[in-house]
Amino acid sequence: MNIIPAGILLHIPDGFLNVLVSAVCWLLTLIILGIAVANTRRDLDERLVPLAGVMAAFIFAAQMLNFPVAGGTSGHFIGAALAFIVLGPWLGLLAMTAVIAVQALVFQDGGLLVMGANILVMGVVPGFLAWFVYRLGQGRGARAQTLLAGTAAWLSVVVAALVVALLLAFSGTSSLGVVMPAMLGVHALIGLGEALITVAALSFIRRARPSLLEEERSVGAGGWVVAGLSIALLLVLFAPFASGHPDGLEWVAESAGFLSTAQDAPYSILPDYTVPFLGETGLSTIAAGLLGALLVAGLVFLAARSLRRRSLV
Amino acid sequence: MNANAFDRYLERASAVHRLDPRVKVIVTLAFIVAVALLPDGTWAAYGAAALLIAATTAAARLSPGLVLRRSLLGLPFLLAAVTVLFTVPGRALWEGPWGLVVTDGGLVRFSSITLRSLLSLGAAVLLTATTRFPDVLHALRHLRVPAVLVAIIAFMYRYLFVLVDEAQRLLRARAARSARLPDARGGGSLAWRAAVVGHMAGQLFVRSLDRSERVYHAMQARGYRGELLTLAPHVMRRRDWLALMIGGMAIATVTLVGRIA
Repeated sequence: MNIIPAGILLHIPDGFLNVLVSAVCWLLTLIILGIAVANTRRDLDERLVPLAGVMAAFIFAAQMLNFPVAGGTSGHFIGAALAFIVLGPWLGLLAMTAVIAVQALVFQDGGLLVMGANILVMGVVPGFLAWFVYRLGQGRGARAQTLLAGTAAWLSVVVAALVVALLLAFSGTSSLGVVMPAMLGVHALIGLGEALITVAALSFIRRARPSLLEEERSVGAGGWVVAGLSIALLLVLFAPFASGHPDGLEWVAESAGFLSTAQDAPYSILPDYTVPFLGETGLSTIAAGLLGALLVAGLVFLAARSLRRRSLV
Repeated sequence: MNANAFDRYLERASAVHRLDPRVKVIVTLAFIVAVALLPDGTWAAYGAAALLIAATTAAARLSPGLVLRRSLLGLPFLLAAVTVLFTVPGRALWEGPWGLVVTDGGLVRFSSITLRSLLSLGAAVLLTATTRFPDVLHALRHLRVPAVLVAIIAFMYRYLFVLVDEAQRLLRARAARSARLPDARGGGSLAWRAAVVGHMAGQLFVRSLDRSERVYHAMQARGYRGELLTLAPHVMRRRDWLALMIGGMAIATVTLVGRIA
C-alpha cells in the first residue's frame, strides 16, 4: 500500500531549487515559524506539544484517505486548508510543518535543503490564504460559508502549485511559460477534490462538535499580518508577469546566457546559479520584491517582539 | 495490518548504524548543500559524490539496489524540469515534434539536475535507513533546532502509525459496506464519493482531537511539565569524530573536483 499520497508534485525534492532560492525560503519560513511558536506557546502552554503533534499525525493519516475518480486514478486529500481552518493559523502551521518534516526525514518525500521552500509552499502560503478566505464567511449564511470554505480549499491547492512553478522558474529548473499552465491545470482539478472533501469534513465536524468551529480563536494581529504578507508575497511574485515584460521562456534564456558570459559573478560561491540582481530581467524585480518582503517580515517580527516585551512589563 | 511496517529504518550491524546521529545528520546536510552547489556538467564531481554514496551503502551493509530504488522517488518531479531541454540555448541535437529542439546546453542542464537530485536523495535515504528517527530528532535537538518543534515532530512520529491504523480502519469499513461487482462501476456520483471521504476525514479529526486530549491528561498524570526528557545520552566518541572528519574531507574533495573540472 502506498503511504505517499497525492501532491507529490508539490513536494519539491533536493536538486530542483538552487541554493539562493532555498536559503531565502528558509529565512522566510523560520521567521514565520518563530512567530507561530511564540503565539501558540502563549495560548496553550504545555498543552501545545501533544495537541500539535497528534494533529500533525492526523493530517498525515488523512492524506491516506482516497476515493476512486476514473481510469484507476484516485483523489486524495492534502489538508492544509482544513488544518488552518479548524486549528487556527498558528497551530495549523506548526502541524503542517511537522508533517512536512516527517515526510522529508522519514519518507524522503520532499528534500532537506528545500524543506524551507516546502513549508512555504504547502504550509504558509496556502494555509494563510485559505484561512483568510474562510474567515470572510464568518457571520454570513450557511451557503456563503460553505462556498467560501470550498473556495479556500481549492485556492490552497492551486496557489501551492503556482508557488512551486515560480520557485522552479527562479532556480532555472523549468520554464515558467510551460510549467505554470501545466501545474495550474492539473491542480485546478485536484483542488476540486480538495474542496469537496474539505467542505464535507467541515460539515461533519460542525454536526459532531459544533463548539470547535464556533469558538472565536484569538489569533492576534500577527495572524492578519502574516495573511496579508503571504498575499503581498504572491503579488510581488506576480509583479513582473503582470507588467507584461519578460515571459518565462525569455527569462530562462536570458539567465542561461548570463551564465555563459558572466564568469566573474560577484558571488563566486554560486558559480552555477546566476545571482540575478543585475540586468532588467523579471527576476531582478522579483528579487527586489522578495528582499522588500523579507525586510517587512523582519520588521514585523522585531515589532512583535518589542510589543510583547512591553506588555510583560 | 500494522502500519509500523512503513518505517524506513533498516536494522543492520554496521559501523554506520552505530555512529552518533549528530555526525550522520551533519554529514548528510553538508553533502546535500555541496551537491546543490556543484555547477552543471561537472561529471567527475557527480561521479565522486556517487562513489561516496556507494561506499557508505556498502559500509552500512545495505543493498545498492534498495538505496537506488528509494532514491528514484523524486523522479516524477523531473517532469517539471523537462522544459530546460528545449529552452537553454545551445547547439541543436535533435528536432522533436512541434518545432521543439533539444540543445546540448539543455541536455547538460537536465542531466545535471537529475543527477544532483538523485545524489541528494541517496544521502537522505542512507540517513533514514541507518538512523532511528528518535535518534535523528535527538540530534536535531543537540543542533539547536527549537525544542518545541522537535517535541511536536517527535509526538507526530509517535502517533503517526496509530492514526494511520485508524485511517486504514476507516478505509476498510468503507470497503466492507460498499460491495461492488468486478466489472461494474462504483456507486454514487464523484461528488458523493468525495463527500464520503470528507466525512471520514472529519471523523478522523474528531477522534484524533479526543486522543490528543487523553494523551495530554495521561502525560499530566505522569508529571509532564512541557519538556520531554530522554534517557539516551549521546556522547561523541573517537570514531564519531573520525567519521565526521572523513565525511568532511570526502565532501571537500567532491567540491574540489567540481571546481577543477
